[in-house]
Amino acid sequence: MATLKSLDDLRKLREQVQGEITERFGGEVKIIVGMGTCGIAAGARDVMTAILQELRTRNIQAAITQTGCVGMCEREPLIDIVRPGEERITYGRVTPVDAKRLVAEHVVHGRVVEDLVVARFEE
Amino acid sequence: MEELSLHILDLVQNSLGAGAGCIEIVIEENTDRDLFLVEIHDDGKGMSREFVERVLNPFTTTRTTRRVGLGLSLLEMATRQCNGGIEIDSELGRGTKVRAVFQHSHWDRAPLGNIKATLITIISANPLVRLVYRHRVNNRSFSLDTEEVITVLGDIPLNHMAVLDWLENYLSQELNELYGGG
Ligand SMILES: Nc1ncnc2c1ncn2[C@@H]1O[C@H](COP(=O)(O)OP(=O)(O)OP(=O)(O)O)[C@@H](O)[C@H]1O
Ligand SMILES: [Mg+2]
Repeated sequence: MATLKSLDDLRKLREQVQGEITERFGGEVKIIVGMGTCGIAAGARDVMTAILQELRTRNIQAAITQTGCVGMCEREPLIDIVRPGEERITYGRVTPVDAKRLVAEHVVHGRVVEDLVVARFEE
Repeated sequence: MEELSLHILDLVQNSLGAGAGCIEIVIEENTDRDLFLVEIHDDGKGMSREFVERVLNPFTTTRTTRRVGLGLSLLEMATRQCNGGIEIDSELGRGTKVRAVFQHSHWDRAPLGNIKATLITIISANPLVRLVYRHRVNNRSFSLDTEEVITVLGDIPLNHMAVLDWLENYLSQELNELYGGG
């Protein structure tokens, strides 16, 4: 049965992961994806999938969360990125391709992708 | 919306907005009875009876950022087009149950679409919320309870990239079997 084998895989995975020392002190990068009806209709799920893929390829652990409509429906899909101790940047009309660029540039290197920025906040 | 799995993601955002700690998604595809049923149960803050009566009107929303709430009205429209409808059962302080029914064979019924992406999205963004997923296709069924996964994982978070990888494979395999694939 598939289920038992899969649970076995999961147990093995647990041992592997526990062996790794993940240096996550100093905090993770936060990524917030807009998931109101407006965000979903504009393609937020595909953007989320692209972000997860890119994080996985690069082996980065980030804290992803979702939020409802924030009132900028025409700019959805909206993605906020916050690096520890830095400004919160909101990106708008993000496509899956853009999403990979946001991970590569902003999440990894802290370089803001200016052409997609729609707002900035001090955290 | 083009996929029922996007409506599901939308309903789950409602549940999260209501502060749910446990969300259950039920899908039943029954070709004998020609029904496609989707249910979301949550233990969020619920709605008063009076509010539920008005909630299918797009001008009913507690949001402050936009004057109309679209999620439930869109879903209702989609069910109506397919000889179905939606039912909302809610109690303040207890939680909410939304049930959407479609005629399975109806020409206008959107496909379920990428339910795996919907589940991975929810789990990766809400590792502390318990998600129960039950999916039946005629006489086959599959279910997943994130609490069971957490029990195996111990202190490794559900949204660890390696766990999400496992989930991705697991769901692909199980959903494939559910639809009779080898
Ligand atoms: N599961 C739920 N628990 C408690 N309240 C809910 C739930 N689902 C919906 N509501 C209430 O019903 C209102 C209307 O929901 P609906 O999904 O139609 O629109 P919305 O969530 O306000 O906006 P949108 O879906 O367009 O982003 C919500 O604002 C909320 O007050
Ligand atoms: Mg909604």
